[in-house]
Amino acid sequence: MAEIEIRALRKAFDGAEVLKGVDLTIHDGEFISLVGPSGCGKSTLLRIIAGLEPQSSGEVRIDGVNADGVRPSARNLAMVFQSYALYPHLSVFDNIAVPLRMKRLSALERAPFLGRLMPGRRRAERVIRDDVERVAEQLEISPLLKRKPGQLSGGQRQRVAVGRAIVRQPRAFLFDEPLSNLDAKLRVHMRAEIAQLHRQLKTTFIYVTHDQAEAMTMSGRIAVMIGGELIQVGTPAAVYDDPHDIRVAEFVGTPKINVFPGRIRSDGRLEMLGHVLHVATPAPEGECRICVRPERIELALHGLLYGTVVHLENLGSEAFVHIGSAGTDAPVVARVNDPSQLPAIGATVGYGFAPEAVRAFDVDGKRIVTSVPSRVERPREKAVV
Amino acid sequence: MTPRARMLLWSAIRHIVLLAGALVMLTPFIWMVSTASKPQTEIFSSDLHLIPYQFALWDNLLIAFAKADLWRYLLNGLIVTISIFGLQVLVALPAAYALAKLRFLGRDVLFALVVFCILIPPQATAIPVFLLLHKMGVLDTYAALVLPFTISVFGIFLMRQFFKTVPDDLIDAARMDGISEFGIVWRVMLPTAIPAVTAFGIFSVVAHWNDYFWPLIVLNSEHLQTPPLAVAHFRNNEAGTNYGPLMAAAMVIIAPLVIAFLFAQRRFIEGITLTGIK
Repeated sequence: MAEIEIRALRKAFDGAEVLKGVDLTIHDGEFISLVGPSGCGKSTLLRIIAGLEPQSSGEVRIDGVNADGVRPSARNLAMVFQSYALYPHLSVFDNIAVPLRMKRLSALERAPFLGRLMPGRRRAERVIRDDVERVAEQLEISPLLKRKPGQLSGGQRQRVAVGRAIVRQPRAFLFDEPLSNLDAKLRVHMRAEIAQLHRQLKTTFIYVTHDQAEAMTMSGRIAVMIGGELIQVGTPAAVYDDPHDIRVAEFVGTPKINVFPGRIRSDGRLEMLGHVLHVATPAPEGECRICVRPERIELALHGLLYGTVVHLENLGSEAFVHIGSAGTDAPVVARVNDPSQLPAIGATVGYGFAPEAVRAFDVDGKRIVTSVPSRVERPREKAVV
Repeated sequence: MTPRARMLLWSAIRHIVLLAGALVMLTPFIWMVSTASKPQTEIFSSDLHLIPYQFALWDNLLIAFAKADLWRYLLNGLIVTISIFGLQVLVALPAAYALAKLRFLGRDVLFALVVFCILIPPQATAIPVFLLLHKMGVLDTYAALVLPFTISVFGIFLMRQFFKTVPDDLIDAARMDGISEFGIVWRVMLPTAIPAVTAFGIFSVVAHWNDYFWPLIVLNSEHLQTPPLAVAHFRNNEAGTNYGPLMAAAMVIIAPLVIAFLFAQRRFIEGITLTGIK
């Protein structure tokens, strides 16, 4: 159980700045995900918290105590690695027992042959055996205890790695993309298991991933990192619905949010591809970008805009229609909830969206405050011109 | 010519070439066994024959063991090669770990120096090392045979290349578990590097078992002599060399390596291919 505070943390490798001043407070017992594209510095941040990497400046406080110069093992955090990092020459039992042996046995007791003769060793070993077996039972890997990591499947190795982490009852768990090496089906399964584990242990979980779906489905809060900076921290719903930056909007959500070129008119209304939207903003006149999530795009015979269907993705329960449209670089993606009513490829379709669905960003990518002015007359159609 | 016939012909040619190569390699050994099996009169007879008319291997072996304390020499060889290999591992593994996995100032320069040291032939440093041992007062001891070889740059290089392939995550996991840096070398790196250590062991043991040059220089006492020096005992300029027992002694001396090879054949080849790739 630990609260971890990160203050003005910077890290540079050979002059290249990887972390550009990160501030973050991770609450006790929280499940927080650090998410961002590869190379954004999220793994470096995790390694600094773990103590595997020194920071260039700033500080990490664990339970209010500055962790500078404290050895990784002394911080009492446990880490699960992407490659599992199990000791290949040790059995599953010994792999899980390593952190306990390192903590509970003296150097003399751990010595190869002499250790067996030490008086306290047997009793300590018995307690360790009980602890390892309890954890193995919890993770359902008891039948595997005698095997070597090489004889296990990816999912089993992952469980062993988790077992090695929980057996020492650490103050917090650090996960470094633990599911990236698993196949898609197992990944979804393990997501649920890790979330369940967090509910069980009620310990602080810090979870690094580049997969926004993992972050969205498991964590209480998401911290989106891009280019060495923490752009936005919030609940999954808040980050998805209310992105503060266009990079966050584009990173979170699959398929990606649709981006249209737009303009702020002098009267404060937004204009997009020659249409004035029913959206007002106090922001000054100029260029802007207008973003709409695929599930908020609605196909209609008479829509705001028209385009040709260039690609269809039918997932069974839902479908995505890619519409090639003049004025946008990438095809516009719209979600259709009923895949039995899909337009044909090459067909011309109209589409539109409710003004509430608009998220507008200025040229620097910062969010622009928008509002939908109340109107006396409600439109008949959902798609609003 | 049908394709099948052509394939057979190629296969035949290939085997003939390989057999010829094998013959060139094996002839000295065959000759050694043949000579060791002949009585003195047959060795110096003018006709060349491989199979002796009178089988005298047992007699020659008896003479060899009577004339020189071969067991003692074999034991010396064992003590020296095992001490050298043990100390080499003790030095090379931590050095290789530091060069492969730790970040510190001047690491690349240090590694370049290690590679550079591989280029220096041992004969070039023989005289300074000899003088050093003299000053230390350890000439004509086991220490003189062992100490100069405890730091094997080849070993450091080989292990460093192997350690490079060990994932960093494994080392970080060990650090999280509370294993010290030295602990990582012996508890984590050594077990994963067993194939590389075996390969290095083969090279080290073979090289120092067969070494003639260095023991010849630093030793005077007979009871410290290593196997290759033992063979030299049978050379006698005045009475003429007694070739039968000499060859029998040579057989005895190479026997441990041959037996070790037969037992660890697979490991041998694994080790050599490993160094070939990495």
